[in-house]
Amino acid sequence: MKARVFVTLKSGVLDPQGAAIGTALGGMGFDGVESVRQGKVFEIEMGDADEATARDQLDAMCRRLLANTVIEDYSIELG
Amino acid sequence: MKTAVIVFPGSNCDRDMAVALREATGQAPAMIWHKDSRLPEGLDLIAVPGGFSFGDYLRCGAIAAQSPIMREVVAFAEKGGHVLGVCNGFQVLIETGLLPGVLMRNATLKFVCRDVQLRVDEAQSAFTRGYAAGQEIVLPVAHHDGCYVADDATLKQLEDDQRIAFRYRDAVNGSMNDIAGILSTNRRVLGMMPHPERAVDAKVLGTDGLPMFRTLADSMVTA
Repeated sequence: MKARVFVTLKSGVLDPQGAAIGTALGGMGFDGVESVRQGKVFEIEMGDADEATARDQLDAMCRRLLANTVIEDYSIELG
Repeated sequence: MKTAVIVFPGSNCDRDMAVALREATGQAPAMIWHKDSRLPEGLDLIAVPGGFSFGDYLRCGAIAAQSPIMREVVAFAEKGGHVLGVCNGFQVLIETGLLPGVLMRNATLKFVCRDVQLRVDEAQSAFTRGYAAGQEIVLPVAHHDGCYVADDATLKQLEDDQRIAFRYRDAVNGSMNDIAGILSTNRRVLGMMPHPERAVDAKVLGTDGLPMFRTLADSMVTA
């Protein structure tokens, strides 16, 4: 089973990297960009665990390592 | 006083830390590899040094915090042991949960490597007793991810409990409340971005870090 985990900054947390990317996009002529927030995607091969077990494991992975829940949110996609 | 320095792949201030501890205590610290799962008996202080552990992959300090030895370091701190984390060591201590908040990419997005003016905000700890509260000192910084961020409740708690050991005098990296170093609730764990271990020799970068190591050594001899 393949999982995708998305880790993004919580709203309200300052994201200077996202802001710098937004400024660069504006400088390249993309006028429509109002704001940019950057984050991470993890693609994880989970073997043949059933979906509920995999989801539990992925949730624990996020809480313990993949995300810092002080400043980051995460979401899990299985498929 | 018996000390140890934890060494991760990518640590690069471990030897400077060892020199500072040897100078202050007269005894070389034990150098502990991150894969070890036991600490030497009878330690008084563990130092988690600066560097780029595990290449700063994922988040600075995040992978080092999961090293086998860090479980022992956390247990040591929870039993009341003294732990000093400098720069990447501060990031590692935050990732273990021993200290609150988070260290994010500098607000300027630039790596900052220079001497900075600091104010010793809190002299009531084994680490800072050698300074006067309010004293200004100069220590070098060298980091890309030193912007201290915490939620309002955590910041208020740190301020109310007088656990902000050091503040930058001028903005360095965007840290909230100009925080450069914080203490744990029992005041026995200190994490700081500036490098006291690089300022212990008058011939190199000054001696403003020396009082920290001297008073640590003194307080643990008498304790």
